[in-house]
Amino acid sequence: MGVEGIGARVARKEDKRFLTGKGRYTDDMSVPGMKYAVFVRSPHAHAKILKVDASAAKGMPGVIDVLDGKQILADGIGNLICGWMIHSKDGSPMKMGAWRPLAHETVRYVGDAVAIVVADSVAEARDAAEAVVVDYQELPVVIDASKAIEAGQPQLHPEAPNNLIFDWQIGDETATDKAIATAAHVTEVTIHNNRLSPNPMEPRAALGIYDAGDDHYTCYTTSQNPHVARLVMSAFYNVAPENKLRVIAPDVGGGFGSKIYIYPEEIVCLWASKRTGVPVKWTSDRTEAFLTDAHGRDHVSTVKMAFDASNRIIGLKVDTIANLGAYMSLFSSAVPTYLYATLLSGQYDIPAIHANVRTVYTNTAPVDAYRGAGRPEATYLLERTMETAARELGVSPAELRRVNFIRSFPHQTPVIMNYDAGDYEASLDAAMQAADWNGFAARKAEAANRGMKRGIGMSCYIEACGIAPSAAVGSLGAGVGLWESAEVRVNAVGTIEVLTGSHSHGQGHETTFAQLVADRFGVPLDSVNIVHGDTDKVQMGMGTYGSRSGAVGMSAVVKALDKVEAKAKKIAAHLMEADESDIVIENGELKVAGTDKSVPWFQMALAAYTAHNLPSGMEPGLKEGAFYDPANFTFPAGCYICEVEVDPDTGRTKIVQFVAADDFGNIINPMIVEGQVHGGIAQGIGQALLESVHYDASGQLLTASYMDYAMPRADDLPSFQVSTSNTPCPNNPLGIKGCGEAGAIGSPPALINAITDAIGNNALTMPATPQKVWAAAHAAK
Amino acid sequence: MYETQYHRASSVQDAVSRMEAAGEGKYVSGGMTLIPTMKQRLAAPSDLIDLRHIAEMQGISVNGRSVRIGAATTHDEVASAAALKAVCPAICHLAGHIGDPHVRHMGTIGGSIANNDPAADYPAAVLALGATIVTNRREIAADDFFTGLFETALEDSEIITAITFDAPAKAAYQKFANPASRYAMAGVFVAKRDNGEVRVAVTGAGANGVFRQMDMEAALAANWSPDALATVSVDATDLLSDLHADAAYRANLVKVMAKRAVAAA
Ligand SMILES: Cc1cc2nc3c(=O)[nH]c(=O)nc-3n(C[C@H](O)[C@H](O)[C@H](O)COP(=O)(O)OP(=O)(O)OC[C@H]3O[C@@H](n4cnc5c(N)ncnc54)[C@H](O)[C@@H]3O)c2cc1C
Repeated sequence: MGVEGIGARVARKEDKRFLTGKGRYTDDMSVPGMKYAVFVRSPHAHAKILKVDASAAKGMPGVIDVLDGKQILADGIGNLICGWMIHSKDGSPMKMGAWRPLAHETVRYVGDAVAIVVADSVAEARDAAEAVVVDYQELPVVIDASKAIEAGQPQLHPEAPNNLIFDWQIGDETATDKAIATAAHVTEVTIHNNRLSPNPMEPRAALGIYDAGDDHYTCYTTSQNPHVARLVMSAFYNVAPENKLRVIAPDVGGGFGSKIYIYPEEIVCLWASKRTGVPVKWTSDRTEAFLTDAHGRDHVSTVKMAFDASNRIIGLKVDTIANLGAYMSLFSSAVPTYLYATLLSGQYDIPAIHANVRTVYTNTAPVDAYRGAGRPEATYLLERTMETAARELGVSPAELRRVNFIRSFPHQTPVIMNYDAGDYEASLDAAMQAADWNGFAARKAEAANRGMKRGIGMSCYIEACGIAPSAAVGSLGAGVGLWESAEVRVNAVGTIEVLTGSHSHGQGHETTFAQLVADRFGVPLDSVNIVHGDTDKVQMGMGTYGSRSGAVGMSAVVKALDKVEAKAKKIAAHLMEADESDIVIENGELKVAGTDKSVPWFQMALAAYTAHNLPSGMEPGLKEGAFYDPANFTFPAGCYICEVEVDPDTGRTKIVQFVAADDFGNIINPMIVEGQVHGGIAQGIGQALLESVHYDASGQLLTASYMDYAMPRADDLPSFQVSTSNTPCPNNPLGIKGCGEAGAIGSPPALINAITDAIGNNALTMPATPQKVWAAAHAAK
Repeated sequence: MYETQYHRASSVQDAVSRMEAAGEGKYVSGGMTLIPTMKQRLAAPSDLIDLRHIAEMQGISVNGRSVRIGAATTHDEVASAAALKAVCPAICHLAGHIGDPHVRHMGTIGGSIANNDPAADYPAAVLALGATIVTNRREIAADDFFTGLFETALEDSEIITAITFDAPAKAAYQKFANPASRYAMAGVFVAKRDNGEVRVAVTGAGANGVFRQMDMEAALAANWSPDALATVSVDATDLLSDLHADAAYRANLVKVMAKRAVAAA
């Protein structure tokens, strides 16, 4: 591997910049003449807009203009869309209501944007925003998805009667019902998956710059996928054609999914820049982020899991209601369907599965993908059900899982996915050993002596990453292909630029992508630059989410490197009058195998550009591009074990150990992978113990600041024990599976299984706050 | 934040004059409560009169068992004052568990008490220690000072200059923190004097702010031990219910924290 190649624990190149405050984020961008925007937002969860009166605001100091929803409509800017078509089981297409970038008729959640104020300073814009008088007629509100689909509830969109967006199913209902009817045991549970706020450290921001001279727009924005942003803004929102719109996502401080989507603000800033003739910058404050960043999760499901007499699962039936909020966000429809129900087989060989999913409009913020996106919901549902079943059947949770593991690959599940490789027992054994599972009884007894209730729980997760084969997702309704692109440019002095359509917002691509090159050519990591996040530099790309940058983005780099390598070898062979097939590349030199002849890498590169002495017919230069479309999803899997102590007097849970045994296939940089797992587990623990978005009945967001929204902090977390095993992914050149979401997917059920074990009461919902745990522990007595 | 005029007062008198000259003035001390409120545009003082640079409001003096803490003393100074720790470690412990290091290096005891947040820590100490709140006009007994949620006996333009108390024989503070804000969801300060008098003050839990738990005081005066509290029932009627904890759970926490405080004292 070399000290900087594949598998090396290289320190992150980008950290110097981040740790010394030299990162350049959207809000750091400043251009001449730039002005500041503040949005006027709805204070009501549901209301008709009778009138927007900006006359007083327009006269206030520093105000350049105030623009509203009627104006943006008149200028032909389109509706925001959901880009994944789902059909209901009756064959009808999903019922998408109109989402205007600035509402002009109806507001549907607190925070819905109504107007934009552009002024010389943020403070003046805020003052003026307060002076915009919006006359609302309040309408009745519904925030609970299960209630919203009942008869007689407030209606959000005329397109969607009873607020039902689609009623979709997957799997074989008849076979599943039959399995349940003939089962030796059926475990039934209701599972709540709590609504979360994504909370990236950097809030969203947008800087729209219209250049009237060239009739050209530039948009700096906090995006995980600037090319998709440009595509959608051009093709659907009618902002500008692609050749007249440059989107730049500079340093981005975390996304967790929330920065995949194209939100109203970037569209409105671009449009407002043209309307006002000045560059317009908007930066969200934290309360706006709580109100308007797409939330995650919010499912309620009922589950029936059927077992035969030898405790083998013979059927699984799931009915899920997913709250999508007030509008359908960009990928919202895919999350509770193809990213969720297709994973309901978990690590288990289940012959019959049926899932029904209803998605629902409510007067809450839009809900879309959040770290894990659908897969945490599937894993939590399955692993809580398995734990419950083990308790009901009186078998150990490990044994119940072992009996049901899939053991031969490839494995076709009844819900589309075809698992390519895995060894679930290996992770289970590794985790149980690391956690000293067998020593638990003694630890529990010792804790009991101290008055503490100790519990242990496990979770065996699987996820589908590396999204995704374009043809496959196309057939399932995706509006885009999910390949990735790369270009490798070898400069005349041998330094290398790698252009990628993946986008790094915390993942460390500037290091790991460079490691691929260092590994291939033996050049120093420092001579390799990764270029990303700018539609003027990188031609096209699909961006970063779904743990796809390694499996898909790096695979594209590998393809481009193959082409560079082939040409470099041709040039070197020509220079050394050797046979091309005898050339090997090592330590920054191209050598003739078995001889002492060599050409340094830089000299070969120079030869490519001087072009004085190239093989006849060869084009000068050394630059190659590639598109890579994956052949399948990848299937990271693993086993997480959590051990807790609950203080029965207060209900406070302390995590005493947390073990993660993951199979990510091959690993490029173990340190970065560990960082991803640590962060993912922290978010999973956040979901399980602390985090929850709450609206009151009138649709006001109660958790609109960190005073009420509990984020995990260092002292909430133990030191994680992480390890990896490896069944390489057979479907991509690097054998990579992806590691970005596993921690958030696998951890919540392990934690809740441990707490319910400790208190002897299985009825507990996330987040397991001290109050809830205390009450559940007392109810168990 | 709305526009405001900043003043740095050089003395208590200077601060009062500036306040009286201002339209809608506010004193600012550590600013850890006031500034966030202003940033959210929930407060809009025309003038901010900074009290932190007034010499007579600074510092901690310990004379035998008699303690004086200047109102502009930061939480961190209280947490780390060796002389104070020697006579009343409980208040140092309390101060050391307020917020985070940034907050503790800016926030002050005077600001905390003047603000009387129902979930703040200091009011419990002040009440349980039977402290005196010294202002530029008078001395106010703790029992008369805290009058309701964010309400105190302070009059317009009145300034807290110091807190004084006699160190108790035994005292301790135990706080169960709100998982989100880390303010007290229930915090109990217990103090026992040489003469046997016991005071128990509860913060974070009361619907009307900090209060004394008289049943616990009586039980502990009779028998200073955690077990003495076993038979005391905490009435949930006047306790807070919110997103994080309902009144019944808070009642439980008050009892548990009280027991732990007595054990720690
Ligand atoms: C992140 C965070 C976490 C926190 N956590 C906790 C916690 O766990 N526990 C806790 O108890 N507190 C907590 N606080 C509050 C903190 O302790 C504040 O410092 C304190 O409540 C107010 O003190 P201050 O000096 O900052 O007052 P300021 O914010 O300056 O003033 C508060 C109010 O008091 C008035 N005032 C200030 N000084 C005087 C005076 N001498 N005389 C008369 N009126 C005066 C002001 O006019 C204002 O109305 C937290 C604050 C933050 C920001």
